[in-house]
Amino acid sequence: MTTTAPDTPRKARRPRAPGRGVPLALLAPALVGLAFLLVPLLALVVRAPWRDLPEQLTSPAVWDALRLSLVCATTATALSLVVGVPLAWLLARTDFPGRSLVRALVTLPLVLPPVVGGVALLLALGRNGIVGRLLDEWFGVTLPFTTAGVVLAETFVALPFLVISVEGTLRAADPRFEEAAATLGASRFTAFRRVTLPLIAPGVAAGAVLAWARALGEFGATITFAGNFPGRTQTMPLAVYLALQNDPAAAIALSLVLLAVSVAVLAGLRDRWTRAV
Amino acid sequence: MPKHPAAPPLGLDAHLVVERGSFRLDIALTAAPGDVVALLGPNGAGKTTALRALAGLAPLTGGRLRLDGTDLARTPPESRPVGVVFQDYLLFPHLTALDNVAFGPRCRGAGKSEARARAAAWLERMGLAGYAGAKPRRLSGGQAQRVALARALATEPRLLLLDEPLAALDARTRLEVRARLRRHLADFEAVAILVTHDPLDAMVLADRLVVVEHGRVVQEGAPADIARHPRTEYIAQLVGLNLYRGLADGHTVRLDAGPEVSTTEDLSGPAFVAFPPGAVTLYRDRPTGSSARNLWRCEVAGLESHGDQIRVELTGELPLAADLTAVAVAELGLHPGAPVWAAVKATQTHAYPA
Repeated sequence: MTTTAPDTPRKARRPRAPGRGVPLALLAPALVGLAFLLVPLLALVVRAPWRDLPEQLTSPAVWDALRLSLVCATTATALSLVVGVPLAWLLARTDFPGRSLVRALVTLPLVLPPVVGGVALLLALGRNGIVGRLLDEWFGVTLPFTTAGVVLAETFVALPFLVISVEGTLRAADPRFEEAAATLGASRFTAFRRVTLPLIAPGVAAGAVLAWARALGEFGATITFAGNFPGRTQTMPLAVYLALQNDPAAAIALSLVLLAVSVAVLAGLRDRWTRAV
Repeated sequence: MPKHPAAPPLGLDAHLVVERGSFRLDIALTAAPGDVVALLGPNGAGKTTALRALAGLAPLTGGRLRLDGTDLARTPPESRPVGVVFQDYLLFPHLTALDNVAFGPRCRGAGKSEARARAAAWLERMGLAGYAGAKPRRLSGGQAQRVALARALATEPRLLLLDEPLAALDARTRLEVRARLRRHLADFEAVAILVTHDPLDAMVLADRLVVVEHGRVVQEGAPADIARHPRTEYIAQLVGLNLYRGLADGHTVRLDAGPEVSTTEDLSGPAFVAFPPGAVTLYRDRPTGSSARNLWRCEVAGLESHGDQIRVELTGELPLAADLTAVAVAELGLHPGAPVWAAVKATQTHAYPA
């Protein structure tokens, strides 16, 4: 700590070199940007119907939406982990023709408008979709406008976050640990499971949180692919949007809950992972 | 050496060819069980590539690789009976010393408790019984090196590979670890191959040196023999000798560099002449009545301290290195650019066929 190093406090208080202040041309837009990000959040807190809040938050509609949101986001994150970590490994550790194209396609949902993602999901997994028709004919499984559909829509937008995050961590990890494992008799899978995965665990966790947050806030793909049925496919963001039209106070209350969850996630990330990553 | 007959039924029989871009490694390596062979060479000579090829981490583009009669050229690394001690050890940072050592036995089919028991026995043998639960970052360099050695040996390899095993250690630890490693290598009953650029490590640890330069074997043999009869400039510098190539005719060798050298050996044909820097005497003026027949006009190119002596680098008729005491350097008033006469007695030179 600073107290043990006798010259640290002096250094910290060292006066700035003359004429080396922050230029106004940078400071002014920076402050505008900061205000732009903070003022809406502030407005949300200031205008919140604090008096009615307990009543709003205990209504069954809110709890249904919150529960559904948490369940779907968590399931989507779990799905993303199951397929995303192996996909990231494939991109980081193997060399196959068209790998950079595959990586570009993986990142496409990051920049694709989520509504377009929802339409694409409908065309693929909808009742008449190219895969959905077979699912319906062979197994009688219908995905659109179900809770499973919500999970798939959220996975579609969250998976790229996880893959990109884990791939970056894998690239930063020393591949020679896997070589050392190989010389000790470990197959590539064993080396991945027993050496690589524990080493990249902080990166995987950070990616999972990012994916979870993205899934929690997902709106466009969900409403397009899964619709807006209370209790079944109406997640928090959909509930907020709907409430805003006929009960603004409820919308604000719901937004506050999402804000609280986001802040909690950020705080958790900061404490647990930012140092490790 | 009686230890390895011409065609060993057991041990290593390899001809490693690895081509990568413009670099080509092409070396033959044979060793019998119990042999410790050092691959010695400058950086970029291909030593580490050879080691990786033996371990299966770099694919062979040609040649052959047989260990105890089994062809391993196409075998993946995890199926080779080969243990590797990496230069920076690569101990798994999330596992304890015990679990690092148990990793190999576990992967090769031992049960959890059996693997741990075996690992504990290895740590005990390395004098590390008290560090079983320690994570690698809490181990000193010497301890980490021993854990890495235990980890490689715990799989009971038929070929042990050590990549610069002492390079990551500071000078004091090195001495102790080198002595310890020598004992463990002496106990090891299969083939051990170590890669190093340090001639001292090579000579202390190995019973045979294979000197690699530019991807090829330039000389191999017993350490003492190589130290006495270097065949390349690189080895001559490592063992601290002035080395020249020339054409011998009786007691005279006409050097490729120009001048002649009188020697005690009677040779004919291509030959090397070597003499230690300590055998060179320097004079400011041409000596008269000196018994030295080998006398060259030189110029001081540089001076640097070398142990308790001063190493004088000379250019001129014959480029050479001379070791003088500080007193002699002061008396002669040597400085870069100073003209001097360099003399070497024939009895101090050593000539051998090229």
